[in-house]
Amino acid sequence: MEARIRTRMGDGALVEMTPSEIRADLEAGTQAAAKRCKAPELASAELDHLAEIFCSNSRFTGVDIGDEVVLSYDGCGSHDLGTRINDLQYYEQYLCADSLELYHHDYSYKPAKAVTAFEQVVMRQAQFVTTAPLGYGAMPDLGLYTVPDGPVPNWSELLPLGKIAESRAAQEEAVELAAADIVFVADEMVEAGIEFIDLDTAGAAGDADFLAALRAIERIRARHPDLGIQIGMAGEFVLGMHGELEYEGVRLAGLWPLDQMRLAARAGATIFGPAINVNTGRSIAWNVARTLTIAKPCCDAATIPVHLNGGMGVGGVPMHVVPAGDATCRASRAAVDILRLDGL
Amino acid sequence: MGAGDVYGQAVSHGVASGMGGIRTAGDLVARMQITRGMRLTEAKEYVAGRLGVSTLDLSDPTVMLDVRKEYGLGGILESGEITDVGDPLGIEAKFNIAAVLDVPVNCVTRFRDMASRRRPVEI
Repeated sequence: MEARIRTRMGDGALVEMTPSEIRADLEAGTQAAAKRCKAPELASAELDHLAEIFCSNSRFTGVDIGDEVVLSYDGCGSHDLGTRINDLQYYEQYLCADSLELYHHDYSYKPAKAVTAFEQVVMRQAQFVTTAPLGYGAMPDLGLYTVPDGPVPNWSELLPLGKIAESRAAQEEAVELAAADIVFVADEMVEAGIEFIDLDTAGAAGDADFLAALRAIERIRARHPDLGIQIGMAGEFVLGMHGELEYEGVRLAGLWPLDQMRLAARAGATIFGPAINVNTGRSIAWNVARTLTIAKPCCDAATIPVHLNGGMGVGGVPMHVVPAGDATCRASRAAVDILRLDGL
Repeated sequence: MGAGDVYGQAVSHGVASGMGGIRTAGDLVARMQITRGMRLTEAKEYVAGRLGVSTLDLSDPTVMLDVRKEYGLGGILESGEITDVGDPLGIEAKFNIAAVLDVPVNCVTRFRDMASRRRPVEI
């Protein structure tokens, strides 16, 4: 009779599986990813290594000594422990983050723009008392530019009515508004001393959202040659809400991490963060194998550092607000070991 | 980005795969990725070369405590027991980091500009 291994599902639930079942899930996960994004399946030796990581009842696992990677954190000035600056200090002093990020709680550039002067003050003070690289982050969040929150017709209302041309025109208008806001905030925060800007959850509203991020990066790079620019994606696949938008001749709808990374690098980003979604109904072994298969072509071809998103619900980490450490450490180690990541 | 969307999992990522931030040289390697777009191997080799240590040393707090103190690169406070009043901290340490790594650090440049005014500026 086979041993029973305690492992987790994509929603974080603790379950028991046999080593044979875990191996079968690893194979099914890589096959599902390969079929979906037309990437090579993981090699047999790589699946063997993953099986070794997952077929263990140990509470924790980690990479080999010397294989450690850089950890960046979106949203770590959270105002949970006093002030936002206190939170940044906590991340630096106690959690040993390799970089820090101040953010406004609305975490979108449009609302951040309205309070930039106040954000500048906090950033400036935070720079005095922290040592690790400290940047500012928010989302392009194109939806905020639509009625009733913004000035542009709402394409989510136009599309069901069959008003395709009007929907596309609205998205194109929103792209320029968002890019201008992101560049404005970046300019102002450079004045306050930031060392990098983070465009997080890019592509959340589809291809137009991703285009706004790329255009903003291009303009920020031209204005600030030494500024770090990070872009983290919203999902594994760029949704074609518009469908015809291009950046430098490349159609954005339907891009997977490899081509997302190439465009981010071309625009001027210095760190790219792919986000691979988690299926809550499948095991973590299945999800990790799927994640690594989708991310591997991007990591192999990368010309800039790749920090795989490993927050809740992405990168093989369970979709739960408090992900269990036994699952997170396995996803973390597996990604570093197989992808030869630059960071997480 | 990366290990974000925090909710308590920074500890798991940090122990499983992280370089260790200012306990080691994680922040210095991160700085080369952020500022210069260096991939991990290149960034580790660059920082190790500037500090005169091996790339393995960069994640070793036993080695890096002394190296950070020697170069004045900041570190863990622990009520002054680890980094004391004679060690640079915060923006002070970042002046030294900019010099040791030979990279521009924006807040250091801004600080220097602000602190070097010797006459009234036009408003």
